[in-house]
Amino acid sequence: MISLDKLNKIREEKKKELELRKNINTPTKEKHILVCEGTGCTSSKSPQILENFKNIIKEKNLQNVRVIKTGCFGLCAKGPIVIIRPEDTFYAMVKPEDCKEIIESHIMKGIVVERLLCKDIDGTKVQKLDDLTFYKKQKRIALKNCGMINPEDIEEYIAFDGYRALARVLLEMSQDEIINIITKSGLRGRGGAGFPTGKKWSLTKEAKGDEKYVVCNADEGDPGAFMDRSILEGDPQSILEAMEIAGYAIGAKKGFIYVRAEYPIAVQRLKIAIKQAKEYGLLGENILGTKFSFDIEIRLGAGAFVCGEETALLESIEGKRGQPRVKPPYPAQCGLWGKPTLINNVETYANITQIILKGAEWFSSIGTENSKGTKVFALGGNVNNVGLVEVPMGTTLREIVYDIGGGIPNKREFKAAQTGGPSGGCIPKEHLDTPIDYESLKEIGSMMGSGGLIVMDDTKCMVCLAKFYLQFTVSESCGKCTPCRIGTKRMLEILEKLCSGEGEEYDIYKLEKLAVNIKNSSICGLGQSAPNPVISTLKYFRDEFRQHAIEKECKAMECKALAKIQIDEEKCKGCGLCQKSCPVGAIQGEGREKRIIDQDKCIKCGTCIKTCPFHAIG
Amino acid sequence: MVNLKIDDKKVVVPEGTTILEAAKQAGIDIPTLCFLKDINEVGDCRMCIVEVEGRRGFATSCIQTVEEGMVVHTHTQNVLEARHVILDLIISNHAKDCLTCTRSGNCELQDLAIKFNVLDNEFVGEKSEHKIDDKSPSIVRDFNKCILCRRCVATCKNVQQIGAIDCINRGFDSCISTTYDHSLNDVDCTFCGQCIESCPTGALHEKENINDVWAKLKDPDAYVIVQTAPSVRVALGEEFGMEIGTNVTGKMVSALKRLGFDKVFDTNTGADFTIMEEATEFVKRLRNKDNLPMTTSCCPAWVKYVEMFYPENIKHLSSCKSPHQMLGAIIKSYFAEKNNIDPKNIYVVSVMPCIAKKYERQRKEMNVDGINDVDIVITTRELARMIKQANIDFTMLEDEVFDNPMGEATGAGAIFGTTGGVMEAALRAAYEIITGESLKDVVFEKVRGEKGIKKAEIDLGKEKIKVAVAHGLGNAKKIMEDIKNGKSDYQFVEVMACPGGCIMGGGQPIKSSKIRMNVDVRRKRAEAMYSIDEKSTIRKSQDNPVLKQIYKEYIGKPGEEKAHRLLHTHYGKKTKYQIF
Repeated sequence: MISLDKLNKIREEKKKELELRKNINTPTKEKHILVCEGTGCTSSKSPQILENFKNIIKEKNLQNVRVIKTGCFGLCAKGPIVIIRPEDTFYAMVKPEDCKEIIESHIMKGIVVERLLCKDIDGTKVQKLDDLTFYKKQKRIALKNCGMINPEDIEEYIAFDGYRALARVLLEMSQDEIINIITKSGLRGRGGAGFPTGKKWSLTKEAKGDEKYVVCNADEGDPGAFMDRSILEGDPQSILEAMEIAGYAIGAKKGFIYVRAEYPIAVQRLKIAIKQAKEYGLLGENILGTKFSFDIEIRLGAGAFVCGEETALLESIEGKRGQPRVKPPYPAQCGLWGKPTLINNVETYANITQIILKGAEWFSSIGTENSKGTKVFALGGNVNNVGLVEVPMGTTLREIVYDIGGGIPNKREFKAAQTGGPSGGCIPKEHLDTPIDYESLKEIGSMMGSGGLIVMDDTKCMVCLAKFYLQFTVSESCGKCTPCRIGTKRMLEILEKLCSGEGEEYDIYKLEKLAVNIKNSSICGLGQSAPNPVISTLKYFRDEFRQHAIEKECKAMECKALAKIQIDEEKCKGCGLCQKSCPVGAIQGEGREKRIIDQDKCIKCGTCIKTCPFHAIG
Repeated sequence: MVNLKIDDKKVVVPEGTTILEAAKQAGIDIPTLCFLKDINEVGDCRMCIVEVEGRRGFATSCIQTVEEGMVVHTHTQNVLEARHVILDLIISNHAKDCLTCTRSGNCELQDLAIKFNVLDNEFVGEKSEHKIDDKSPSIVRDFNKCILCRRCVATCKNVQQIGAIDCINRGFDSCISTTYDHSLNDVDCTFCGQCIESCPTGALHEKENINDVWAKLKDPDAYVIVQTAPSVRVALGEEFGMEIGTNVTGKMVSALKRLGFDKVFDTNTGADFTIMEEATEFVKRLRNKDNLPMTTSCCPAWVKYVEMFYPENIKHLSSCKSPHQMLGAIIKSYFAEKNNIDPKNIYVVSVMPCIAKKYERQRKEMNVDGINDVDIVITTRELARMIKQANIDFTMLEDEVFDNPMGEATGAGAIFGTTGGVMEAALRAAYEIITGESLKDVVFEKVRGEKGIKKAEIDLGKEKIKVAVAHGLGNAKKIMEDIKNGKSDYQFVEVMACPGGCIMGGGQPIKSSKIRMNVDVRRKRAEAMYSIDEKSTIRKSQDNPVLKQIYKEYIGKPGEEKAHRLLHTHYGKKTKYQIF
């Protein structure tokens, strides 16, 4: 068992040691080389980079240099990322063979390796992380420790205010006081629906039951979303601490983290975190000498998207087939094994300790009227800075896409962005300046969702987009209720028909009829939101659907069966390169004649488009 | 009590009542498909959705309970459209072969399709294709007709507590299957057939043997004898629109004679034989304290259950064959000899309320000197189909009586089909064997009724015995666990695999979810059965003059050598899964 004094002592000692991580002006000879070992950087060899650094340091017998593995820095597009502290130098796309140069030049001589610096949107090379536009508009609460600490070292977490919030609630606060703070902070569920977190805690606390449970939903499944994964990989202790606070607040002694088995790094770090927390007496019996005991177990998901739905998740923890239950009753009344259960997602928990330490007023001062705090988005698609961003609620889509995301690559136009993954909807150009929060997104036909944000440029066909998401929901439907099981399949079939040129106008009516009724009558959130991508694309891009159905045309040329490849007479110089590249001999013309495509022969492979030096084909 | 409004009607119902139930009390019908009262209340099909004022989306009326001040609308335009779309979707992935489907006319999906006028299937698309599983002697599964309501799964898992079937795959590919997707023949299915009784469509039905019977009836060399189980007569009428629980013994016999059977015998007589043998065996085992409790063995699903799940308890099973097997054995020995017919030419057809009997009759243990006791088993439903095929106007038939000699039966034999009936009949005999006195009050009220496990202490003159009666394999499991763990102090246990006993067997007329919600089918059929007993002049098996005659003339004494050769059998351990 650890006492408060002991905890504080560890913190003070470690804090001094890690001062240089936070403060650029720390007077020290020491250098910390932080290497991102999130999933993204790991897949591009960051463990090898870490290993190389260690070996070189050992070889050269360098003192005062430490190599630390961290979680995700966010700018995944530029990974693997290495940061040198205290000076905060940001190296991007580092290769294992670059380590030697970094050590010899930067560490040993103090000369920054220019070629490895990150280019900002305007093309200038930026030295420090904080100077990157990508980071300027961000505000990091949930991701506070990601990239700052070694997620596998509890003492680093403690040094960065870890377990201060738990100590405060256990020693100074009543259950109601905690719930009050959370309620007042205005924190809402970050899993998608945005239910007020304080209210959820209060309902679970008030529910009658001899036993209660705290569950962390880490079954992040939206395509392209990796917010929760990054938090678990970068700052696992913060989730344990928040779950303990929740357990104390609602009167539970047991917690479960339901995490995807496809997140091996997150799972491994969670395991280490739980083990260390137990060793330090910060998890288990009589925590900090109080009467409060709490235990956390990990449960691995088997890859079903629907298990992110809270009741299906509970079924899965109970060892049953992952299928949702009809609500009400809600988990707060009747959850795991019929007991009152509090279930929040990772990002929601990641805000808790900060709210306890800095107060409800601080938190509620960030964001919009009804959506407080920040939101983490996994920014992906046709955007320059693919990665993880945390912004205050109320930030506009334009700021995220153009300022933080660095705009659209290849000088293409923004067409739409999809938020909320397969449950959300698309946001067209005209809403680029909408401040993003729970309500505004709903109003324009999308939803916050868990935080996936996919940007699409003008080469994207919106019927295809709807088809893509429907493909996802069809394969992820659990098959329990009729509308979702058969209805989404029928919607997908209609979309496939439209994309293959076999659609008709009536199909659009059928799509809408199915969409409305599936939305209204499915059991769970998956089915109820599955038609959203269709509903929102129909709302903003109805003409595109009609073009597919009636004119049999896909202007974005993504639907091969509908694409008409033509040669612009004015631009064609008659060079004949296209003719040579065409695999089926569909291009006619001789000498310097302008070329013509025989539409009957053309297989729409697009080779000629790429070949034409004059951009005359499209 | 909770006050609410449903379609502008004020309703007051107890707390915890579902919206569906409350609506029913107000005389408002809400369509359902996956709902099966007390068994499958999961809200999967979405047919029962209703609108509740102030609530987002629809409410699921079959599971969601009433709340004070709730205002419910059961058929708004939105609700009706949604139900129509849902039905259309279900039908879009259905075989739609109503013309040739065994459930046509008694299909809950068909009823709704007609009601909702789903004439033009709007949302056609890919259909899931499944191979028909007809490997087992009892059940055919055709999942091209399955609507994934999961009533069968809930019945098997929750009521029978077997769990031989469950949902596999996901989304559109979901289907109900078995361990390793094996045939039902090769997994831990007991063939109780309760899944068939639960199925709203034709996805599950018995292996039909009608044509085997027609073929034999046409064969001039075959001497075709039919026997009918006690439960058939209290349910067959339902297939002809008669009220549930009507005793149609006379009309049934009349119809069988018109179908052309050479003899129409009564399995109740077989039941009397069973009682003579079983009571004798019980008294002997009680005296010798030999593997007590002794459990009944009339129910083939129960026997298969013990063989698969509690092989160590096989020794507790009575060695008696079931009544129709006994009667078959006597027909092919005593009756054949007496009438100078070659038993090889006799073809015994059993009409049973049960599909496990189809399996039982082909077990290798069920013969005497290589001659099968029974040649084919058809269910109550199949008999009704035969009568319809023969164009017999069943309701107008004059009553006729069973043929002699095996048409004479007692009240004890009559009650064999309801839970507690075998126990009661056996006690009527055991009492007299033990005490040597005549039993005055033949009714053993304590073993009657719907309770899952009925326990009683019975005074048999000199000694008292403890008995238990369980129906439904879920209840039987509890008793088996007690025996296995040495916690059982019973001497005699009756088990019937089907909840309610054979009157609710897997071969009986199928009652829709709505009927099961509104009528206590079990009670009505049981009452009819007890009333046959009450009206019988002879109510104890040992007083049956036919039995006395046949024992005296042919078999000798119950439990002795010839009786054993003809009327007893043995069982053995069975593996749950065939591994391929």
